[in-house]
Parts: sequence; C-alpha cells; structure tokens
Amino acid sequence: MNFDFSEEQTMIKDSVSRFVREEYDFDTRRKIINSDDGMSREFWSMFAELGWLSVPFAEEYGGFGGAVEDIAAVMEEMGKGIVVEPYASTVVVFGGLLSAATNEALKSEVIPTIIDGSCMGSLASVEAQSRYEMTDVSTTATVCDGGYSISGEKTVVANGGTSNKFVVTARTSGGQFERDGISLFLVDASAPGVVVKSYKMMDGQSAATVTFKAVVVAESQLLNPAGEGINLIDQVMPEILMGLSAEALGIMATLNTLTVEYTKVRQQFDTPISSFQALQHRMVDTFMACEQTKSMLYRGLCQAGEGDRDELLKTVHALKSTVARNGRLIGEEAIQIHGGIGMTDELNIGHLVKRLMMINVTFGDGDYHQKKFNQLAYSA
Amino acid sequence: MDIKFSAEDIAFRDEVREFFTAEFDGTVAEQLNGRQGTDYKAGMIAWQKKLHAKGWIAPGWPTEYGGTGWSATQKFIYETERGLAGIPDVVPFGLKMVAPVIYTFGNEEQKAKFLPRILSSEDWWCQGYSEPGAGSDLAALNTTAEYAGDNYIVNGRKIWTTFAQYADWIFCLVRTSKGMRKQQGISFLLIDMNTPGITIKPIVTIDGKHSLNEVLFEDVAVPTANLIGEQDKGWTYAKALLAHERTGMAEVADSTRSLNALKERASAEVNGGQAMINDPVFQMRLSDIEMELMALEYTDLRVFASMAAGGVPGPESSLLKIKGTEITQAIQELQLQLAASYGGALPDDLSAQELGHDFAFEARGRYMYGRAATIYGGSNEVQRNVIAKAVLGL
Repeated sequence: MNFDFSEEQTMIKDSVSRFVREEYDFDTRRKIINSDDGMSREFWSMFAELGWLSVPFAEEYGGFGGAVEDIAAVMEEMGKGIVVEPYASTVVVFGGLLSAATNEALKSEVIPTIIDGSCMGSLASVEAQSRYEMTDVSTTATVCDGGYSISGEKTVVANGGTSNKFVVTARTSGGQFERDGISLFLVDASAPGVVVKSYKMMDGQSAATVTFKAVVVAESQLLNPAGEGINLIDQVMPEILMGLSAEALGIMATLNTLTVEYTKVRQQFDTPISSFQALQHRMVDTFMACEQTKSMLYRGLCQAGEGDRDELLKTVHALKSTVARNGRLIGEEAIQIHGGIGMTDELNIGHLVKRLMMINVTFGDGDYHQKKFNQLAYSA
Repeated sequence: MDIKFSAEDIAFRDEVREFFTAEFDGTVAEQLNGRQGTDYKAGMIAWQKKLHAKGWIAPGWPTEYGGTGWSATQKFIYETERGLAGIPDVVPFGLKMVAPVIYTFGNEEQKAKFLPRILSSEDWWCQGYSEPGAGSDLAALNTTAEYAGDNYIVNGRKIWTTFAQYADWIFCLVRTSKGMRKQQGISFLLIDMNTPGITIKPIVTIDGKHSLNEVLFEDVAVPTANLIGEQDKGWTYAKALLAHERTGMAEVADSTRSLNALKERASAEVNGGQAMINDPVFQMRLSDIEMELMALEYTDLRVFASMAAGGVPGPESSLLKIKGTEITQAIQELQLQLAASYGGALPDDLSAQELGHDFAFEARGRYMYGRAATIYGGSNEVQRNVIAKAVLGL
C-alpha cells in the first residue's frame, strides 16, 4: 500500500509546480486574461514541448500513456497557479472523450494534434435549459446528404473562443430528456453554420455560446455509434471529475497556506491575529477539510485502477460533492480571515475562490452529485 | 498509488476473521451489550482471556513483554477486523495506557510484578488523571503525594474515573512538589485500590448508567516502590503515553459497522408507510456522514501507509481523533432520530415493553454517553489547539 506519486509523476508534477512558481505569477496571469485570446498561446506551445499535453494519451498516438493519477498530478499544480490555459477543457475533457472514442480514424487524426498543441478543443454540451443534466439535449442532428445536419445552441462552452474543434452532443433520435439517441460529433469551429460568441467568466477563463445552424457533418465525425454518446461521456466522466477535483485541491491548499501565513503577519491589538483562538480553530477546520478532500481524491485514484465501477462512481460523486462543500468552506473562511483585504480584486484570494466556484458548477454541483450518490448508495 | 495488501496479509486477515467468528459468539456478545442483568466486567474479562490464550491480547507491546510481533500492516488489519466484527476494544487502561509506561519507564521489579497480570486480565486498572479543577488543563492537578520514608502519603480527589468500581489498581498523576511551571513536580504513581483511605463515589451519567466515578484519597499510604521512574518527572511519562497510539484513533471500522447498522435500521423503520432510507431528506443526512467517513477511511490509510513505510505520521494524523469522534457522534444522532418518540423508553421498564422498537433506548443511551467522545482523551477543542500549534505553527 502506498499513496505516493511515481517517479515519473513526481517529475511532471515538479515541472508544472516550477512553471507556476517561476513563470505564472499573478501579474502575468492578469495580463493573459486581459489579452485578446484570454490565454497564452506561447505557454500552450511550451506545455506541448514539455509533454504536458500528451499526458493521458496512449503511446500509439504519441502520448505519454498516463492514467488519471497523472492527470491529477498535473491538475493539482495547475490549480495552485489558477492557470487559465485550457488544460482541463482540451486535454482532460475533449481529449478524454477522444481517447475513449471507438472511431479509430478520428482518434489517429485528432489526438496527435492535441499533443503537438495545434488543436484546442472543447465539449459543447450545456444548453440554456439543461443545467447539469447531460441527457437534456434539444440540439438535433438529422440525417441529410453528406451525413448529419446539426442545429441548436450550446452555452458556457469552455474556452469556446479559442477551440479549433468541438465535441457536440446532438440528438439523432428520442425525446429531449431521453438517455438514448444522443450522438457525439466532432465539429470544426470554422465549419459553415457555426457561430461562436466568446465571453469572459468570473474565474478569468473564457467561455462561449456556440450556435449551430444546419451545420453539415460527415458520419465519419461520430466519436462512437450514433445514439450512444451518453455511454461515452459516462465512461470518461470519473476521470474528468477527478481531474477537476485535483485542480480544486491545489486551490484549497493554496488558500489555506496563504491564509495561515497572512494571520502570522497581520497585527491587531498589538499581536499577530494568528494568536486568536477564534481564528485558530477555523483554520484547523479548513486544514482538515483540505486533508479530507485529498483523501477522497486518493480514494478515487486508487479505485480507478481496481475495476469496481460502482464503487468508483460512488466515490467520484462523493468527491465532487466534498469538493463543493469543503471548497466553499475554505473559500469563505479565506476571505473572512483576511478581512477587508480579502474583499479586494487586487489580492489573489478572491480569484482563487472564483475558480473554485466555477469548478463547483462544472459538470454538476455538490447537491447534484450528492443526490447521484444517494441513488447509488441507498436506492438500489 | 495503490491499496493492495500482500497475499500473506490477506491470509492473516482471514485468520483473524475466522478466530473472531469462532470465539466472539452470541454469549460473549450478550454479556457485553450492557443491558441490565448482564455482567460487563465478567464478560470483558472472559473475552480478554480468550485473546490472551490466543496470544493476541497486546499487539502494541514489544515481543519481549508479550507482544505479538506483528507488522504495522497486521496490527492495522487486526484493528479493522475487530471493528467490522463489532467487537469492543480491550479495556485500555491496563493494556494500552499503563503498560507502555511500565515497560518503557518502569524498573525490572515493576515490569515483573505488573505486566504478566495485565496480560492475563488478573488486574483491572483505572486511570487517575482528571480532577475537579484539572480537566483539559491537566497539569493544574493538585492531588498531593508527600514523601515519608518508605511511603508516599496521597491526598486529593480524582474524577471521571471510568470503571474505578471494578479496578484493582489505579495509575495516578500526583503532585510531589511545586515547580516553576505547573508541569514540573508531577509524579506517576501506581496505587492498589484496596489501600485504606480510598473511597469510590459513583457518578451516574446522562445515559442512566454507572461507569464513571469520583475517587477520594485520604492519607493513603503508597509504597515508594510504586513510583514510576523518577519523582517529579511524571508529566514526561504521561505525555509519552499520549503519543503512543496514533492509528486506530479514527475508529473507521467501528463507524463503518455502525453506519451499516444504521442503514439496515433505516430500511426497517417507516414513516407514512415509506422506509426511512427512501426519504430524500434522510438520505442527505445519511450521505453527509457516509461521505465524510469514506474520506476518513483514506486519511487513516494514508497515516497507516506512512507509518508502515517506517516514516512518521504526517500532519493528517492529527485530525483522526477530531473527525473520528465527530463521525461517531453524527451516526449516533441519526440513530436517535430514527428512534423517534420510541427512543424515550427506559430500558427494562414497562415503557420499553409497550413501545417495542427495542433498538430505540440503546440508540438513546449511545447518543447520550456518546457526547463524551469529544470531551475525553483531550477535548476536540484542545485537539484543535494542538493542530493549530504543531501543524499550522500558529
């Protein structure tokens, strides 16, 4: 039994950590957010050169052949710097779906371009009414000459503005809420009929509303058999949730460290405020919340390699719910304990908190996942 | 990262399971359930004698004194299986508290005199630490021991002494001198409970039971041969003892078993014809606890893994007591909630016969006595002070 990262994982973790510490300070990040793309293409190329973009992909496509543990190692460090480059949306989500896809031709065409940094991608699944329900899909794909014609509107598409390609959930059969009949298409952002409207989100990352107006897509762009898209998403979702949770863990640990350090230097009533028991106990609670989150993540990482799918699903639902709950506690306490300065946009605390808030509402919030957990654990 | 046990460890686990299944039978379990008419002391001693006969009574001890020589992994497995099987831990005062002090700081005569009788459960021990004026602030104790030739003369009051009514011996922290700091001048004394001048006053707790006591000392003569180590150095020995047991504090296996029992009960208890476990609000309360326990299980494993690898437990170990007891209490709260108004019944009284739901008064009793878990062994507030200082450097 051990809970250590392997030598290779530690190496990549260290290299991301070094990048965050030495090259991704708060001012650099702010400049990137305010640039046209809202991300740094220079850094993205560097990620490719350093091999970070290859982490989860199989060696046959030129990947590193890593597992979810490797993703977690990278994401935790990215979280510490609240890196806005679209690692999660491109590598973990978009890349994860392609890795799991059954369409071999598509995989060998696209995955190498993710790895070399030339293709950024994103999952376009959320609709104006769908909230967290991946099966609520009103976007349609109807059979036409040349394949399928996709019509509909997707919203909060992560990094939609810089994405070269989208994986789009579209209904090829069935009613709006049915699980069956949803298909996954790879759609080029420059395809005729695709309109991308990009905007900034509170966490500094960008998102977009993407409209599809009778966009014609060849059948060869289906990731897996038509109508079975949800199966593919379900298959990849545990990895996605663990990746995002690892990012959240990095943020939580950073918030706690910054808060503890601040109380040691902030003087009030002629003494550092770290000497006040009222604050000490709150910081102990946030420390425990962070450790418990880490344990839940490790539970998921260990179970991912074990093969008991039901247990893994219970754990990832519990994990995402824990991240929501503990993330909120840690974020709110960090602001409270910092006091007035914690309210300012100038300090990084609020920005760390806002990324945690966005992670919470990505692919289901705490209550959503707790309900899923309850169904698995108690309603069987 | 993996949580695999070796084939040898799995074989060991199976051996432990078999032993527990065969030996912890209905009779033993019945004796230990604490209902009226059962004899807890006799039941506990009978069970501990079985463990002694098997050679498993003191896994934590060095082999030269009667320990099992188990690896850290085996000890972990043993504790886990014990908890999952619903078997109470051994009475800790002799085996887990005073014995480590005796074999670490005691002299050869003391080791020869006390350790074998602790192993065989011939002596029942209790702990004389807390006093009316010294609870969380233990070093404020002022039970005195005056040096008088061959004896110390002990005067004072100890309180919250669990099972003093059963005990043959008590280990005490007493004040032998006034030092610069209150931690100085404290000595560690072993006292025969049959010595003249000792009076035990029962304290009935809010669960209606008697396990706690006040122990009064009036001019009690204790042979100087019963002093552990050096006079005035007792605080050092007591502190070393506190650090003795690190894992197992979280009681993950015990809580897992309680939670499973809770779920079973929630399937049987109904409201409006619907099983409570299907009630969406109850499910949220249940999963609040279950998720926290799932995380704690891995926190416990992380601590264990670092110790098994020969390292020292990291900062995560400090939260085991706090989280462990919070979860234990949360489970007790939900059990009591399930008991509804039936939980108001008094055991072995007309109300219990009339109301049925015979788990209900046990749930109430466990809830009431369970409040103590966050008070004893260093209250959870004191634990937070410790983490604040030692881990966060505040």
